[in-house]
Amino acid sequence: MKYLLLRRITQISILTLFLVSNLYGLKILQGNLSSSMIFGTIPLSDPFAVLQLFLASFTLAGSAALGALIVVLIYALIAPRAFCAWVCPVNMITDFARFVRVKFGYDKDKKVVVFSKSFRYYILAFVLFMSVVMQTPAFEGVSFIGIIQRGIIYGGTLWIFVAFGVFAIDAFVGDRLICSKLCPLGAFYATIGKFAFIRVEHDSQNCTKCMKCKVICPESQVLGIIGKESGLITSSECISCGRCVDVCGDDALKFSIRNLRRK
Amino acid sequence: MKDRREVLKFGLKAISLVIAGGFTWSTQTNLKAQTLILRPPGARDEKGFMASCIRCGLCVEACPFDTLSLAKLGDNISFGTPYFTPRETPCYMCTDIPCTVACPTDALDVKLVSTDDKLDINKSRMGIAVLDPYSCIAFAGIQCDACYRACPLIDKALVLEYKRNERTEKHAFLLPVVDANYCTGCGKCENACVTKKAAIFVLPREIGLGEVNDNYVKGWIEDDDTRLKDIDTKIKLDQNKVKDYLNSGEI
Ligand code: SF4
Ligand code: SF4
Ligand code: SF4
Ligand code: SF4
Ligand code: SF4
Repeated sequence: MKYLLLRRITQISILTLFLVSNLYGLKILQGNLSSSMIFGTIPLSDPFAVLQLFLASFTLAGSAALGALIVVLIYALIAPRAFCAWVCPVNMITDFARFVRVKFGYDKDKKVVVFSKSFRYYILAFVLFMSVVMQTPAFEGVSFIGIIQRGIIYGGTLWIFVAFGVFAIDAFVGDRLICSKLCPLGAFYATIGKFAFIRVEHDSQNCTKCMKCKVICPESQVLGIIGKESGLITSSECISCGRCVDVCGDDALKFSIRNLRRK
Repeated sequence: MKDRREVLKFGLKAISLVIAGGFTWSTQTNLKAQTLILRPPGARDEKGFMASCIRCGLCVEACPFDTLSLAKLGDNISFGTPYFTPRETPCYMCTDIPCTVACPTDALDVKLVSTDDKLDINKSRMGIAVLDPYSCIAFAGIQCDACYRACPLIDKALVLEYKRNERTEKHAFLLPVVDANYCTGCGKCENACVTKKAAIFVLPREIGLGEVNDNYVKGWIEDDDTRLKDIDTKIKLDQNKVKDYLNSGEI
């Protein structure tokens, strides 16, 4: 439960900081997840959005470029897709959808839609291509993440329906469709997180093959080595949520720092 | 008992998907033509603006007058982009232009609102004030100069033109006239207008302004004819068409 709790605290406090900074004009964390300012000095920008802006006009703009660089470095060095598990508000919705899905047994229904795992990478490529063609940041114009996070930060009502749509898709249409199959931002962070340092480490000596981790993992394909061999979960599709570490009762999983010298 | 549970389960699924689908459908069928959007000062042209705004809302948060809003879903404006509605809150033309300065992507470009590297809010071109003489009460001969007084560029962007009122034969009309060379589109006139629906209102410049052909030379303006210097004077007429024109009535 440790990491789950920590994640919820992080996700909610980031949104709260944005919200109070907006409401009371504080300079703590201004803007939103697309681009922001910490204490009015350090810029942070969504690197995927900045990449789309660059492709839309082939110019790199102002402090957003610096902000994007900072964010890329953070996520590229720390842990793969840490944004998805620790920052993105959609994660809370899809986790809840998964809970409902299992609780009411929708996961045992016949599969209606089957998407390949790599579908989100095609969407990623498509978004970048469309940004060039349409000369506008293509995903930002339809981003459910954008609608939901801005809805929380700046208020409004209609975003709730989008959030509900995300919930309904994950709960009733297909398991973890939004984050695992469709979201191009998740695909983007998986791509830049290839060399991140913090990884989940598996110790097959302790593993009792209960498979609790595989059941709970939102990207269970990354846990291929469970029960077979010791080592790091190398796939950067792991969202670094730590759920597997939380549920493993046999001390076979933990976060550890990847040793670069080994390779 | 098992069956009842199955029915409930199916019901929850069906209702949720219908609501979610219905909402998506309604947003798509409700899309009206883009409303007339006014962007913050310093905004690049609409195409360039859309290609560079990251929708962060930093401009909105920087504005001390709460002039700007970030478009929400259902506003019929590309969501997350900033705009303002002068009839509600105009732009107060801050000399330090905090909104433009805050923009991290140059979608609001400081260069567009600077003269000699110094911020100059009077250079901003958010839109153009347009007047409807049929609802402006000054055109009815009633004395009103609310918009004129409100204009931050009084006697430049908004001038009063004096004209004799032929109907009463002793009063004057004081008619507000907008000069597009100075109007910034801040909307203080629209905000101040006393009529039920503003008789003077701001439109995006591409919509509110016309354009003359180059060939109308205003001889009384110095050097206005230089435009004609390198002009192509070859007239391209189709000889046969000219011959036929008396018969067909067409050149
Ligand atoms: S996959 Fe996309 S929606 Fe899901 S948590 Fe990551 S960024 Fe958010
Ligand atoms: S491997 Fe563990 S940390 Fe990675 S996504 Fe799966 S549950 Fe989360
Ligand atoms: S110039 Fe001042 S009043 Fe006008 S939009 Fe910018 S911050 Fe707001
Ligand atoms: S500050 Fe710039 S990028 Fe951010 S919303 Fe305003 S115009 Fe767009
Ligand atoms: S305030 Fe309105 S009614 Fe009065 S002069 Fe100006 S435009 Fe006309």
